[in-house]
Parts: sequence; structure tokens; C-alpha cells
Amino acid sequence: MSAPAAARTPVRRLAGVLHRHPGLRLAALLSAPMTWLALAYLGSLAVLLLSAFWTTNEFTSSIEYRWTTANFLAVLTDPQYRTVALRTLGIAVSVTLIDAVIALPMAFHIARVAGPSSRRLLLVAVLTPLWAGYLVKAYAWWVMLSHGGILDWITAPFGGHSPGFGVPAVVMVLAYLWLPYMVLPLCTAFGQLPDSLLDASADLGAGPWRTFRSVVLPLARPALIAGSVFTFSLSLGDYLTVQIVGGTTSMLGNVIASNVTLNLPLAAAVSCVPVLLIVGYLLAVRRTGALDNL
Amino acid sequence: MTPSPSPGTGPSPSPQSAPPRDPRARGAGPPAPGAVALAGVSKAFGPVRAVDGVDLEVRPGEFFSMLGPSGSGKTTVLRMIAGFESPSSGRVLLGGVDVTRLAPFDRDVNTVFQDYALFPHLSVRQNIEYGLKVKRVPRAERAERAAEALATVRLHSFGDRRPAQLSGGQRQRVALARALVNRPSVLLLDEPLGALDLKLRQEMQIELKQIQREAGITFLLVTHDQDEALTLSDRIAVFNAGRIEQIGTPAEVYEHPATAFVASFVGTSNLLQGEPAAQVFGEAGTYSVRPEKIRIAHPDDPAGPGEYIVTGTIREVVYAGAQTRFLVDLEAGGHLVAARQNLAESGADLARHRGSAVLLAWQREHTVRIDT
Repeated sequence: MSAPAAARTPVRRLAGVLHRHPGLRLAALLSAPMTWLALAYLGSLAVLLLSAFWTTNEFTSSIEYRWTTANFLAVLTDPQYRTVALRTLGIAVSVTLIDAVIALPMAFHIARVAGPSSRRLLLVAVLTPLWAGYLVKAYAWWVMLSHGGILDWITAPFGGHSPGFGVPAVVMVLAYLWLPYMVLPLCTAFGQLPDSLLDASADLGAGPWRTFRSVVLPLARPALIAGSVFTFSLSLGDYLTVQIVGGTTSMLGNVIASNVTLNLPLAAAVSCVPVLLIVGYLLAVRRTGALDNL
Repeated sequence: MTPSPSPGTGPSPSPQSAPPRDPRARGAGPPAPGAVALAGVSKAFGPVRAVDGVDLEVRPGEFFSMLGPSGSGKTTVLRMIAGFESPSSGRVLLGGVDVTRLAPFDRDVNTVFQDYALFPHLSVRQNIEYGLKVKRVPRAERAERAAEALATVRLHSFGDRRPAQLSGGQRQRVALARALVNRPSVLLLDEPLGALDLKLRQEMQIELKQIQREAGITFLLVTHDQDEALTLSDRIAVFNAGRIEQIGTPAEVYEHPATAFVASFVGTSNLLQGEPAAQVFGEAGTYSVRPEKIRIAHPDDPAGPGEYIVTGTIREVVYAGAQTRFLVDLEAGGHLVAARQNLAESGADLARHRGSAVLLAWQREHTVRIDT
């Protein structure tokens, strides 16, 4: 298998050099993505943070590059912003909890109970909505939630009616939109759970509920947290759904969107709130080791 | 000139014979109900009959093995006793009580799984205490019994480790401790030593036997390793194709195999049948003789008293350390394997035996006639 000297083409020589220098190999492999990450990703975040310390001319709405902390003070002290921030946090937490409660049995059924053919079918059913446009789905819910819509029609025999447009509608629609992001990691986790662990738990005297609590749930926790990172952060940053089905409700995203053209520095300061919330959440979650599975 | 039949020791070893329902018929001490009893148990997976009409009774305190090749149904039988599978037909009894319809968590048995099935998110001690915690045993007693179980398997100082930090042999011990700590009436072991290397396996065999004797618990072992079954068991059930071929003590199963399958699966296959058998034994049939019972002699030597003799040519010589095995083509047709302890010879001089004519001789009572 020894290559003759004639076979030492430039490509092979380069491969040889890379083989002898692992550091060079790593640099060649990572320089492009790292540059992208540094410039486009972290760079824009830095600009965001920086611009939050500038101010705008009240008449022309043009940015003045004067150093000030007034925007942050406004966000922190103005009760209006605090209400919106807490509402947004509440919605994101509710969406995450609802998705977890729906996705746990759903993923368990898909991964462990359903037969091979119905498992494929169910997975397709979970994934298909991801292919449909965001706006299409949001407006579909608008139609369903509207007065005389399908929710009214379904709940009327039981004396109910559509929740109408508002915070409950926003939570419902966001929970619907992000559900696949919770189901998929849980499916993977349940699929990897060895049968023998469930057998062992039953063998040691644990009933189904005990086994779920003491074996299944702890082992699915990393996946649950991975899924919640998606549902939580996507809900925190959303502003279209709340515009469509939220009625007069506003979330942090709306405040940012409406200020972008009028007062960019204030919008930047407001958008630091969800960024900080997510960073805090990720730091808390990182300690559980759940991010290893992302 | 018929070979001596197997002496009537214990229950009839004939294949597929149901064990007597009345334990007194066995003459096996008090008429206590069997620790485990299976009555006509079958299990079908779709069109496949994995287990086909198995009757079995395991006595209290016994070390009982289910031996067979993979796919012979022995593991499925174990899983039906544990409650992970329910039989398609037949009944499972534990201590005389019908548990056929009971869930695993309602049965007084514990299992040591082939892959150990330790909970990866719990420490060794938490793994061992799991069963006690589920049964609401008070904390102090739990800790005491877990420590005791850890000592039994010689892992005193490993309580705080995670299963991932243990070696294969240590995990195996934890699995054993986790099951034993519940003091079940029957301990089920599913190929517990299968994943260990030979040396460790032999050590664990000795320990397993010792633990069983001290704990006085009925052990029901599933294995495909005939040495393991012979070494450990009080009695063995040999499985083939979902049925029991023979139940007996290791000596019975080894020395007096009831079927051709048992003769070939337990020990070296050394069967004579058809025309060669008729020539050697004077009557057609299937016969088995163990390699170590055969004496190799010079072709002109006379037969000793009470011996069968047969002449042949050595085709192959296999040196195996303590023993040498000779594969001999018989003049009458067919072949036999004869084993000889290497008392004086060493590997170097053995090859010259190849091709030489020999006489094989063995005592008549060491011939087993197999009814097929």
C-alpha cells in the first residue's frame, strides 16, 4: 500500500502537512464558521448593546451618538415596561409548561407505544406543521378564534365560547407553534431509553406511575430542558402572533418593533431584557448538563 | 448385548414428561409447594411459538438452570416468570399461588438482567435502595440493608459511585445486590455472567454459588454456557426449540443424556448411529459415549472386562493444555472423539499420532442409548 513517489501530488502533500500539524488542521476547519460567529452573531449583539447607550433627537428621530444610560433607566423604572416584561415572561413560561405537559405523553406514545408504521405516521404529523408558513398558521388560528369561528362552534354545545383575542389566545397559539420543538427531543430521549430499565423498575416493585416519576422523567430531563430552551426563547422573542391573535395585548417584541423606527436606542435597551432572560435561563440550565444534548 | 440403560435416579428424564403434580411423588422432603411451577406454558410471538408447552417445577432453595442455545425459549420462560411477558396459554405459579395474571411489580421475584439495567441517574446505593424505597421500607432499615447487600457483593466503598464509573464485573455485582436486598423468594438471573471475560466469569460463578447457599434463596438461572450450568446447578432443564428436552442433575444430564440434542449440546457431541452403531453395539440405535470415558490402546490389545472395543485411525490430534483430543475415524464408519489427560506427554510429541491405527475401548455402562 506504500504510495510511489510519483503519487505525491500537491493535494497529497498538503494532506501530509495537515496530518502532521493538528493545530493547522483545526484552524482550517474552524476559521470560516468562527469568523461568521464572531462578526455576524456576536458583533451584532455588541452593536445592539452599544446602541442602547445612544439617544435620539426627539423631533427628527435621528440617532445622536451621545453616551447615556437614560434608555436603561426608562426600561427599568417605567412600570409600563415592567408590566410588558412580566407579561412576556409569564406567557413564555406558560407556553413552555403547556408544551411539556402535552409533549411528554405524546412523545412517550410515539417512541415506545406506537408500532413502527404508526410511529412514522405520527412523526410526520408532528413535523408537517413545521413546513407550513408561520403566518398561515397564525391566521388559521385567527379564523378559528374569531367570533362565530370553529372554536365557538365546537364549544357551544357545552355552553362555552372561543377565548377571543387576548393573552389566552396568544398562549394557545404559541404553544401550538412550538410544540414540535418539545416533542422531537423527547421522542429521541424516550427512544433511547432501554426497555430493561423499565422492566427493572417494575421488577423492583414500582407501578407505572412510580416508574414514570423515578426512572422515565429523570432520564428524559435533559431532553425536556433542551425542548424548553426552544419553546421559552421562541415565545420570549415572538411579536407576530400577539399582533394577530393578541387583541390589544403587547409583548416585549411589540415594544421593540414599534420603537425600531422611532427610537432605536430605546428599542435596543428593551431587547436587552429578553436577551438577559434567555442568558439567565441558559446559565441555570447549563448546570444540569442538559445542553450537552442540544 | 444391550447397553446399560440410564439408572433410574430422580424423576424420569425422558423428554417432555410433565413433572408430577404432587411434590411428594418426588420424594423430595416435605410436601411444600414448588418455589416456581409452570404448567403447560406456551408463548407465541405472531406465528412463532417461542415456548411450546413447558412444564417445570423448581424446588425451594434450589439452584436451577435453564440451559439451551439462543432462541430456545429459555429467556422467554424467565420473562414469563418475572411477569414481563404473559403466556399465550398455561399457568405460572410462585410458591403454589397462581400469578399468571399478575404484573411484575406484584410478584415476589427479582431479576438480574443480562445488561444489568442499572439506573444511570442514581448512585450505586440509590440503585440498591430503589426496591426498598418503592415498598416504603423506613430510611434507617433501608440504609442498613443496602450496606449489608453491598458487603455481600464486596463493594463496601462503592455506594456513592454512579454505574458509569464501575467496571463490568462491579456493575454485575450491583445488579445482584439490588435484587438480593429485596429478599425475594426467587431470584431470576438472565445470562448474568455473559458479558464478563472468562477469568471474571469463573470467579463470579464461585461467588454466585456461595451467595445462593448463604441467602438460601431459590436461584433460577438462564444460560447458554453448559459449563456454567453444570458447575452451578442443583438441577438443569435443557431447552431446545421452545421445549424442555431433559430435566435432571448435572450428572444425570451429562452422563445420561435423554436425547441426541442433550448429548450434543451438553459436552462434546459423540454420537454413533445407523450402521456403525449396529456393528459396534450389535443393535441399531443412537448411542452416546463421553470422550473422557474412552481409553486409547494399541490396535492389537484385547478388550478389558465389560468393555466395548472399536478400531479406527486417528484423523486429527488437538492439544488443549490439560487434555489432548483425538478424532478417530472408525473402521465401522462414523467417528468418535476420545480425550486423554496429558499425564506424561506434551504437545510436541502428539502430532506423530496422526494417521496411526488405534483401538478405542470403554466400559459398557458408560454407553448411553438415546431414544429418538
